[in-house]
Amino acid sequence: MADTLKLEIVTPESVIYSEDVEMVTLPGSEGETGIYPNHVPLMTKVQSGELVIKRGGAEEILAVGEGFAEITGDHVAILTDNAIDSANVDEAAAEEAKAKAEQRLEEGGDMTEDEAKALNHAILFSAAQLKAKRSRR
Amino acid sequence: MPSTRDIRRRITSVKKTAQITNAMSMVAQAKMARAQQAAIGGRPYAELMNRMLGEVVMHAGDFEHPLMETRGGDRRALILVTTDKGMCGAVNTNLLRLVSDEFIKDDTRVISAGRKGAQHATRAGWDLAAEFSYADRPTFAEARVITKMAVDLFESGEVDHVDIVFSNFINTILQKPEVQTLLPITEIKGVSAGVEGEEMSTELPGGTTEFLFEPSAGGVLGELLPHYLNFQVHQILLEAKASEFSSKMVAMKNATDNANNLIKELTLTFNKMRQAAITNELLEITSAQMALGN
Repeated sequence: MADTLKLEIVTPESVIYSEDVEMVTLPGSEGETGIYPNHVPLMTKVQSGELVIKRGGAEEILAVGEGFAEITGDHVAILTDNAIDSANVDEAAAEEAKAKAEQRLEEGGDMTEDEAKALNHAILFSAAQLKAKRSRR
Repeated sequence: MPSTRDIRRRITSVKKTAQITNAMSMVAQAKMARAQQAAIGGRPYAELMNRMLGEVVMHAGDFEHPLMETRGGDRRALILVTTDKGMCGAVNTNLLRLVSDEFIKDDTRVISAGRKGAQHATRAGWDLAAEFSYADRPTFAEARVITKMAVDLFESGEVDHVDIVFSNFINTILQKPEVQTLLPITEIKGVSAGVEGEEMSTELPGGTTEFLFEPSAGGVLGELLPHYLNFQVHQILLEAKASEFSSKMVAMKNATDNANNLIKELTLTFNKMRQAAITNELLEITSAQMALGN
């Protein structure tokens, strides 16, 4: 049996990541899910947050937006609108986006549930970007 | 009768125009290639989405979703995908002729993507619900806001159908305006990515592995549907961009050819006039000599 997983991260614009990895931790709908090779086939929702990848003994962190994951024994495919490799994170922009979303959420006012949800996602996504960026140093 | 100097001035001016249109045509060509490339870049996403849809649709059983609700009513929203700028041949004209007045009723809400469509809607007195713009490289976020607007109108019950009209890119010289129904989703087909003939198969695969679903097959499907719509709209924007630029490329190529023909004609006239002037002068000199001499 395989001892690595093929991890693919796919966005509408391109394939962001495609490597053989040892383990992935993804922010699933029921909390963080760690996936090792030979995981039981699973389809799950992915929340905005950070994706922790173990590859060749080292750890990598990526920021992903809302999406879905298809997991089988030997591969993990993540379908998401948004994913950013920590190398490409624009720290200032992420910081600003986060502050903006937080401010908007605090002001409250007349906001639909959807809007609040979208803002929460924006906060999570920018926070994950920042964390991913900082962990690189 | 214009003088030789006037003609020379016209030649330089037409030459400059030709240079500009030539450059525009080349830029459009590059941008068209980029839009096509971007559409093809969505292919892995489409494949994965089809795989997931195939699995969840099979397991979701009898599935109901607000976006799939067919209502009896006849109120409609139309997403009008046009270009922002002109000088791109007949794409907008063809598109607007298709949707014209018989298509748009008094209660049709128009959502415009692209400035030209919004301008036309205002002039024609259509009920413009919203206007969006999208860049030369349409991003997924841009598609998302347009989709969201349409979904909001549909879910709030303001409209019972949402259609989208855009220029379908058939090949570089042929673009065809096309209307597609976006909402309600009557049947979940696969999505396809990439412009031009070689369409992807939209059959849903599935059934080889027994998956677990978290939270549930229906839950995953329900969340997947909005993304499915977004992706469709994004692909349509890319397609519209490819059409715009291919049409622009052809239009500007024609303009360049016309300018070059005009330059040729003008040069001919100019040479004829110059020769006539020289002949005239020679005649004068010889006749003067003849009068003096002998």
